[in-house]
Amino acid sequence: MKKRNSYGSIALNAPYTVWSVIFIVVPLFIVAYYAFTDKSGAFTFDNILELGEYNDIFFTSIWYSVLATVIALLISYPFAYFLSRQSEKSRRLQMMLVMLPMWMNLLIRTYSWMNILERNGLINNLLGMVGIEPVKMIGTPGAVIFGMVYNYLPYMILPIYTVMSKIEPSLLEAAEDLGCNGINKLRRVIMPLSLPGVVSGITMVFVPSVSTFYISQKLGGGKIMLVGDAIERQMQSAYNYNLGASLSLVLMVMIIISMAIMNKFSDEEGGMVI
Amino acid sequence: MEQKNIIELKNITVEFDGEKVLDDLNLSIKDKEFVTLLGQSGCGKTTTLRIIAGFIQPHAGDVFFDGKSEKGVPPYKRPVNTVFQRYALFPNYNVYDNIAFGLRVSKMPEKEIDRRVKEMLKLVNLQGFEKRSVAKLSGGQQQRVAIARAVINEPKVLLLDEPLAALDLKLRKDMQNELKNIQRKLGITFIYVTHDQEEALSLSDTVVVMHEGKIQQIGTPIDIYNEPQNAFVADFIGESNIIDGNMLEDYKVSLVGKTFQCLDKGFEKNEPVDVVIRPEDVDIVPVDKGMLVGKVTSVLFRGVHFEIIIDVEGFKWMIQTTDESKVGDTVGLYIEPDAIHVMKKSKYSGKYGDYSSYSDEMDRMSEPDEVEE
Repeated sequence: MKKRNSYGSIALNAPYTVWSVIFIVVPLFIVAYYAFTDKSGAFTFDNILELGEYNDIFFTSIWYSVLATVIALLISYPFAYFLSRQSEKSRRLQMMLVMLPMWMNLLIRTYSWMNILERNGLINNLLGMVGIEPVKMIGTPGAVIFGMVYNYLPYMILPIYTVMSKIEPSLLEAAEDLGCNGINKLRRVIMPLSLPGVVSGITMVFVPSVSTFYISQKLGGGKIMLVGDAIERQMQSAYNYNLGASLSLVLMVMIIISMAIMNKFSDEEGGMVI
Repeated sequence: MEQKNIIELKNITVEFDGEKVLDDLNLSIKDKEFVTLLGQSGCGKTTTLRIIAGFIQPHAGDVFFDGKSEKGVPPYKRPVNTVFQRYALFPNYNVYDNIAFGLRVSKMPEKEIDRRVKEMLKLVNLQGFEKRSVAKLSGGQQQRVAIARAVINEPKVLLLDEPLAALDLKLRKDMQNELKNIQRKLGITFIYVTHDQEEALSLSDTVVVMHEGKIQQIGTPIDIYNEPQNAFVADFIGESNIIDGNMLEDYKVSLVGKTFQCLDKGFEKNEPVDVVIRPEDVDIVPVDKGMLVGKVTSVLFRGVHFEIIIDVEGFKWMIQTTDESKVGDTVGLYIEPDAIHVMKKSKYSGKYGDYSSYSDEMDRMSEPDEVEE
């Protein structure tokens, strides 16, 4: 491709360049600055070294997010496959149903689930009516992981569905023609061709899950602490911006590394989808 | 040479949305034959192919392979392979893996697969392309991969759905020869779908002309061209002048008020018939020697010959000749008895074979071919 450097194209790009410098590049530097300084503004590695105490929290965050991502994938993949094989009309309807909860704010959705799962919540009330002891749900890892899956599921379904619906029907016919039964068709044609969508979906569920704090606060009942919560606590209540910034920085680096690994998979198949 | 029927279609009917796409179709295909299903888009030729492949189950009737019913047998269990219209190569595999696909599914040892793939690459002239991504191949090369991928499984029957439609003219001619060679080398049955009558005539042992979900005629290319059964076939295969006539008695037919000798017999006395006369079978002669007299209304130079439209008492004839005439000339037409072919009247009578709206027809013909989905 020819590189364009005319004044016109610079002028057209200017608003976006200015935008990304002010709202992306500068804040990143601010985060880095705080991470490597102490309260008086002197350069230090103390904030980073202090993170050793947060090993468990990092581990929990990653573990829960991995579980949530895997569960979301297991739900989304078959759903996206069957959806992509349906008629145009029923596809559109079901896609809308998938998107519908996303029109509501994440906080409101999570708050609603808190009400449903509470000790005196909807589910326990229903169980009580048939004489079953209340079940403890809020405050369990299960509730937090459920919250992640519920909130980010559409981000897994969308990219997989997009790739699936782009697979030409004639390719599936060709596979059948060449001797593939259903399982072989899935393994040899559909799965490799849908891989880029899966990679996108994994990234888009894992990244927000690993950095969430609201879901763990509301559904974790204050007993489950993730990296997001730790950052929030440093920033909001401990007013230790330096430690908060170093936590953020490390989280960011981990996310970038995991995205780079995922992208390596999809690059071989021709790039990300979304 | 007595050959057995490898595939039989019996009373096949297919409906889409209440519309009959195939109407009580019967067809027998012999072993090692090159059969072409020929017709315009929407005539049911691709549907017929898909029924044989097993992608569509007929609403009535049945397909038999070697006399055995294939009712409900899924595509992956049928002893046929398909070359798809737009090749349908797997974009995630390279040339080698595409060709090896079928054998890998059937769990053949890799060593044997390697030997067979190499053999196939040689057959379709693609040695050295093993590692190439299929997206980076030209149309003709993709076509060869598609053929290799299908025939490596040693099917008894190869189904080809307009395999050359996406190629340009020059490449199409080359591929035609190559296909014919491959069929001879492999010694298997080819069932070939096309809308291109020239392709059908030059490749096939047997041509099946289809229209509106029905078979119009089955025969060798020469039969189909020389002895069309109705006005549709006569018009669809090559150019034809189709004139209303009257069969006076055996070997005597009258048209445009004149009586002609012909080679046809077996009609009722005075039976109304369609008479087909091919443009290349009419000679232009001086008026006094002509059996018919007409006026030249159009002359088109076609390279090999001139295409001349002559108005004979209101009916426009097309004549192909190497002798030039001028528009406005009055000329005589001479027709040998063996140039006259007499057909029974059919529902297609009167619809085809008159060149008075010739320019319209040319417009229609030059429109890009619709690709059947």
